[in-house]
Order: sequence, then C-alpha cells, then structure tokens
Amino acid sequence: MEHYNMNLTVKVWRQKNSKDKGGFQSYPVKDISSEMSFLEMIDVLNEQLIRDGEDPIAFDHDCREGICGQCSMYINGKPHGAWKANTTCQLHMRAFKDGETVTIEPWRAGAFPVIKDLMVDRSAFDRIIQAGGYISVNTGNAVDGNALPINKDKADASFAAAMCIGCGACVAACKNSSAMLFLSAKVAHLALLPQGEPERKSRVLNMVAQMDKEGFGACTNTGACEATCPKEISISNIARLNQEYLVASLTADK
Amino acid sequence: MLDAKIPSGPLDDKWTEYKGHCKLVNPANKRKLEVIIVGTGLAGASAAAALGELGYKVKAFCFQDSPRRAHSIAAQGGINAAKNYQNDGDSVFRLFYDTIKGGDYRAREANVHRLAEVSANIIDQCVAQGVPFAREYGGLLSNRSFGGTQVQRTFYAAGQTGQQLLIGAYQALERQIALGNVQMYARHEMLEIVKIDGKARGIIARNLVNGELERHFGHAVLLCTGGYGNVFYLSTNAMGSNTTAIWKAHRKGAAFANPCFTQIHPTCIPVSGDHQSKLTLMSESLRNDGRIWVPKKKDDQRKAIDIPEEERDYYLERRYPAFGNLVPRDVASRAAKERCDEGYGVGTSKQAVYLDFADAIVRYGKIEAGKEGKSNMSMEEIIVLGKEVVKEKYGNLFDMYEKITGENPYELPMRIYPAVHYTMGGLWVNYELQTTIPGLYTLGEANFSDHGANRLGASALMQGLADGYFVIPYTLGNSLADEIYNKAIETSHPAFEAAEKEVSDRINQLMNIKGKQTVESFHKRLGKIIWDKCGMARNKEGLQQAIQEIQALKKEFWSDVRIPGSINEMNPELDKANRVADFIELGELMCVDALNRNESCGGHFREEFQTEDGEALRDDANYMYVAAWESKSAHEWNLIKEPLVYDVVKPSQRSYK
Repeated sequence: MEHYNMNLTVKVWRQKNSKDKGGFQSYPVKDISSEMSFLEMIDVLNEQLIRDGEDPIAFDHDCREGICGQCSMYINGKPHGAWKANTTCQLHMRAFKDGETVTIEPWRAGAFPVIKDLMVDRSAFDRIIQAGGYISVNTGNAVDGNALPINKDKADASFAAAMCIGCGACVAACKNSSAMLFLSAKVAHLALLPQGEPERKSRVLNMVAQMDKEGFGACTNTGACEATCPKEISISNIARLNQEYLVASLTADK
Repeated sequence: MLDAKIPSGPLDDKWTEYKGHCKLVNPANKRKLEVIIVGTGLAGASAAAALGELGYKVKAFCFQDSPRRAHSIAAQGGINAAKNYQNDGDSVFRLFYDTIKGGDYRAREANVHRLAEVSANIIDQCVAQGVPFAREYGGLLSNRSFGGTQVQRTFYAAGQTGQQLLIGAYQALERQIALGNVQMYARHEMLEIVKIDGKARGIIARNLVNGELERHFGHAVLLCTGGYGNVFYLSTNAMGSNTTAIWKAHRKGAAFANPCFTQIHPTCIPVSGDHQSKLTLMSESLRNDGRIWVPKKKDDQRKAIDIPEEERDYYLERRYPAFGNLVPRDVASRAAKERCDEGYGVGTSKQAVYLDFADAIVRYGKIEAGKEGKSNMSMEEIIVLGKEVVKEKYGNLFDMYEKITGENPYELPMRIYPAVHYTMGGLWVNYELQTTIPGLYTLGEANFSDHGANRLGASALMQGLADGYFVIPYTLGNSLADEIYNKAIETSHPAFEAAEKEVSDRINQLMNIKGKQTVESFHKRLGKIIWDKCGMARNKEGLQQAIQEIQALKKEFWSDVRIPGSINEMNPELDKANRVADFIELGELMCVDALNRNESCGGHFREEFQTEDGEALRDDANYMYVAAWESKSAHEWNLIKEPLVYDVVKPSQRSYK
C-alpha cells in the first residue's frame, strides 16, 4: 500500500450535555497519515485540543477492532462512514483525501439522547433485550451439548443474525429511527434454534412492545439499515420478525 | 503465610468433595445478602447471572455503556472443553495436564483440575442459552485445534467466539435484570474498595456521565475486571481496559500475584507508526492452517511471492517438528522476535514475519475438487475453491486484516508480529477465589490462578465462564453462610465516608495539577519503558533501570499532567488519568516481580536464564512458587511465597520438539 499524509478540516458536533442545544465546530488537523484509523485521527485532534486548553471531543469507543459496538459516529452523512460492512473504529484514513472537510455527528434518534458531543445513550437496546431477548435457562440445568443436533444451515443462519453488535447504526441510518433490524436479529437468532422454541411467541410480542415504548419509529422497508449495518445483518430478518409477530399475535395464549 | 484452602484428598475428588461439604445459604437468606460485581465480561456477567438466579441481591457495574461491550467480546478463536467429541484421546486429565504444562509449571494443580472438570458443563450451558457454535453437517458441534495441544477440543463460532459467549452471558444477565435480581450500573467505574472490620463491604464508584461519586454496600465484592495488558499502552486490549479496580484492592491489602507474567501473543498485526493507539490480534486459530516463515536470506528485499520455496525458513516447523506452527504462544512469540532481531524480519519495519495461507488454500481446494469428483481441475480453479473454504473458516479475520493494512491476505501472506494480549498475573486468590481481603473475590483474567506463566489459547474464555457460572456460586455461599445475621450496612458509615473522601481528594489533586503534558503522552512513555525492559525479554540491568524510570515518570505525572474539563461532568480525560496513575504504579511492581524471579518460565523470559538453544530455563528448586506481593508503601512491597506442590504432574523441561 502506498501511504500519504493529509491535512483535513474536521467539522464536528459539540454539545456539552443532554440539555445543551449543541452545534458544529470546525477544527483543522494536519499531517494525518493514511495508515491511521479514523479514531486515531480524532485522538490527534483531541491531543491538540487539550494542549490548546480546549475541551476534547467526547466519543464512545472501546475495542477498536469492530466488535464491541461502542463506537458510533455519523461521518459525512453515513453511520460509521463510507466503507461498507464497517465500524467507525475500523475506518482508516486512506478513505480520505488531502484537503477534505469531514463532518461528524452523533447518532440522531429520539430513543438515543445525546449525552455529550458524539456520545449517545443506547440503553433502550438493553431494555429491549430485557423484554425477552434470551432463553430462560438457569445455570446448571443443561443437557449435553450434542444431545440436540441442529441443522447446520439453521445454525449458520442463527449465527449470522447473532453477529449483531448492537451499535445502533441501523437506527441512525433509518429515516424513521426504527430499531427493527436490531430487534429482528435477536428474534431470528433465537427463533431459528430449537432452544428458543418454548418462548418463541411471548419473546417477539414482549420485545416489540418494549421497542414501541422506547419511541423507535416504524419500519417502512427502505433498506437503509441493512445497507449500513457493519455486520451485514440481512433485512430478511425483518420479514421473519413480521411473520413471527403475526403468528404470535394470532395464536399466543393471552 | 498464605493459605490457599485447597481441599484435601486426591486431585480428582477435591472439587466434588468441596461441593459436597461447603456451607449453603437458604433461599430466604439469599434475598437478604447483597453482592457487588465489578466488570461484566465473561466472568462478571456469568457470575451476576448465576448469583441472580440463585436469589442473591446483585449490583453489577461496568464502565462501558452496556454490559455487552466488555472486552471478552473481542476474543476470536474459541473455548476449550474436555468433551472428547472427536474421539482423539481427550479427557479432563489431558486438558488439566496441557494447561499445567502450557503454564510452564507455575499454576496451582487443584484450581486447574477444577477448571478442566467444569469445562464440559460450560459448553452445555452455552448451547442451552442459544450460543450458535459452529456445527458439522450432521448437526453436531464442530471442534478445532489450538496451540500447545495435540487434540481437537476447541469449540468456536467462526472468529467471534468471545462475542457469542458474551452475548449469551449478557442475555442471561439481562434476564436477571428484568426479574429484578440484578441492578445494573453501566457507565460507572469503581474507584475504591470499602473495608469495614477487615472485610470488603462495598465500593466507591464514579458515575461517568455526571461525575458524581456513589457509595454501594455489599456483603461481598467480586472483581471481574479483566487484565492489565494496557500497562504496555499498545496491546490488543480495549482502550478502556484497566487495572484500577484490582490495583485499588491491592493498595487496600489484597496481595498481587505474579504481576510479571504477561502474555505476548504471536499473531498480531504489526505496528504501523507512532500514531498507533491499539493493536489487533489475528486469532491463533489461523496457525491451524497458516504457515509461519521468514526469508532464509537476511534483509531480503523481494516480495513474498517472489521468494521460492527453498529460500523460505519455516522456522517453527524447523525448530519444533512435533508441534510445528502450533507451539504455545510464548514459544512462538520468542521465535518470531529471535528471527527479527537476527535481521530476517519482513515489511518496512522489519519487525514482522509472514503467516501464509497459500498451501492451505491449495490443500482445501483439492479436497473440495475431490468432493465434486473432478480430477482434472486447473490450479486456478482449485485455488478458487480453496479460498472459499478459507473464507468460511476465517473470513471475518481476513476482512479485518484487509481493513487495517489495505492488503488482501487471500493473495499475499499476512504480516504478523507479537503483541501484548493477556496477563496471567492478577490478584492472589485461594481455591475459593477469595483474595487476601476477606469478602473480596476475584474472577477471570483479573485473578492469577489458572494459567501459570503462560496461558494456552482458548483457555481464557473457559476460565472466565468457569469462575462465574460454576465456581463462585458454590464458594461464595461458603462464606456468605456466615453473613446471614449481618444486616446491610448503611453507606453513611464512617468507612464509606472516609473511602469517598480518599477518592475525591485524589481526583481534586489530579485536576489541580494543571500541568502541560497530556495523559496519553504519559501512558505512551510508560508503555515504552515496560515493552522495552519488561516485555518479551528481560534482564537484571534493564529491569533496575525501568524501576528508576517509572518512579521518575510517576513524579512527573503527578506534577505536570494536564486534565481538561471539570470534575462534575462527563470527563473521559479524567477517567483516563485515574487509570494511567494506577498503571504507573503497577508497572513498577511488574518490574520488581520480574527482577525477583531469577529464572525463565513461560512468558517471563530472563535473558540470563536460557538453555543453549535459547529455550526458557526454569529454576524449580528456587522459584517453584507464586510470588504474592503485599503493598507496604508507595514503592515497597513484601514478598509472600505460596509454594507450588505438584502431587500429580511431574514438572519437566517443556518440550514441543
């Protein structure tokens, strides 16, 4: 790979806390190597801000290898930036050119209030899981792991849904701020497995009810969620969710 | 004198005996007993779920925005269990033996045997929770090999095993939250232990959103806060992983065991420049199929594909024919360092070796062609088929490599180099996972107990879940049974007040320094000292220097660090400063420990102590002990030795040849 250095203007959302109105601020950054990760570029900018006596930009991040789901920036109009199937922490500066202006915002959704700058509160996702995103099995009751053979294709499909990292990019990308891709991934993960069968109906009904309570919007099938998902969770999970929901609504014991 | 409280009797029976005779707490009393759990990775989340299920009143804390983000999530390769599903000779004893040997005979037999015993239950539990492990076409669970073993006992979910196991534990935890048995405190960081009458009775935590200090009572406190690899600044740990919880406990009286035992993982993406903020691991499972090599000629400028087969040095296969590319991590890392130090390294930095999949692609391609009954396929067609197989096995790892380096590993060999990955050392715990402070327990990577001087691959996930799901529910009850008469203590108690004041004084002191240098710059300098002098190779002179340098760095930090913002608000720089201040102190103790241990074992390689062919030279006569350090003053520690007694395994020179 050829490496190069660049100078950029970073236009970033600054908001002191949840009550503050917030607004954009622009900062120049110099000598950024194309080998750096996007967050390392923010690190450089923050070091600069601290030296200049200013408040550094607050942003969520942790593993920096695309799996914890904590990073959450809306970069040049796209959650996690322009690369496909990618998280912000894995975006690298070779995606940018010298002289560019990079615009960074937090996730925008009523159910994800801003805490500070680029950090948002995604605890609504945890509450959706609390509503039924699990199999009710206490520790120590399990039978032998191989006592229950599972069709490989189903197991693989379940795994593909279980890869969701709960970052919330699907909500941020959706014009309705719908959480349907997130929710459907969990419903599909568990509904595809025989272990998930006993609670199949109550799970989907309770989780959908919680999602509505949290203030996420409705799904209008634009597909923006699937296109932006860093783990390429398929929108077909939403079709499965709708089917599960319909069957459960019609047949569940009340 | 340390009492490890190892049950008497034959090794095979110890855990069964213990479970049969430990004290129990009746359900009505469990509801009155409060347990604090700090950290929600595999150990913390599984403990919180399991204890919540039992009916204890649990409070769980994590600094991330959700318990699902804990760094266990990044573990890639797999989890070991002695299931012997492959009929290849595995057993509880073999898993126990491999772990003891892999740890270079510096782990406690009883703990490791228990770990091997419960390993099979972990897989069953996770399957029941809906963890989507990889399966064969017959619907049964699939296994693969990992370093340091000759059987296939590793269960996996593509390259995301840690993620799937953590999500399983997280969901079990969320279920307990929904049932009201666990109260969750996300975006909270523990900054002090509260001790009353010698027992751990609570914590002081900072709410990271508004900066407020909170007091929380517990009849017992469990630290499940992971490893301290970020003391090196650059490591494969998450940015927030830190030592603060266990370090505070250490300063309050908990002994810290074997701090110098750190694991440098052989297959990570090499450092690309000074801007680097973290390193990324490429799973050890890649060594199943990838072959590691360097050119036979020093400073070879040719591209990898232009170097013919006979001019390549597959140095692991050459030096260790029995285990080849699957030698344990410490051995593989040192061998890579040796080649690079000798001038055979590749890439622009020359601090890298190749991990090459070309042979595996052809091998798998031929198998696939055979399945399709096509004997006359061209090499190009075979390679296309082989790439598909490799993609299914390691696709996410290959994608990650390409995103970071911009190079396609299906076409070019990966460049890899060792990086800090895991810390075997941690708080000293007895058989019950209790530290030297009564009522204070440590689980998972944060304790020292199971991996000796080197951890085998796919054993960290096993230990975290063993401790949380299957060990602590029994051992905690054994001491909480004596607590049923003790009511919860009000957090207005003077001990809480004093602990909170200590924390707030320290924060005030940090904020008032108003110096010139950033927290990050101190952390980088600390990391460089430790990496250079207490990293893959150590020697007496270097360690003595390192101690001087760290002490000087500490003075400079406390007089010149600059922390922006204020106390009563979200302030990530202040959080980081708290952590780095503790890393600096821990760094000193790591060097003290490394200096004390005049031998080489596992990940601890003292240059003065090696065999003629450069292997680690143990000194069992003088160092077959756990070095547990008690804090005396800022720069002084007492060494307490826990002798290691091997009743079953006969320690020998580890050989993977």
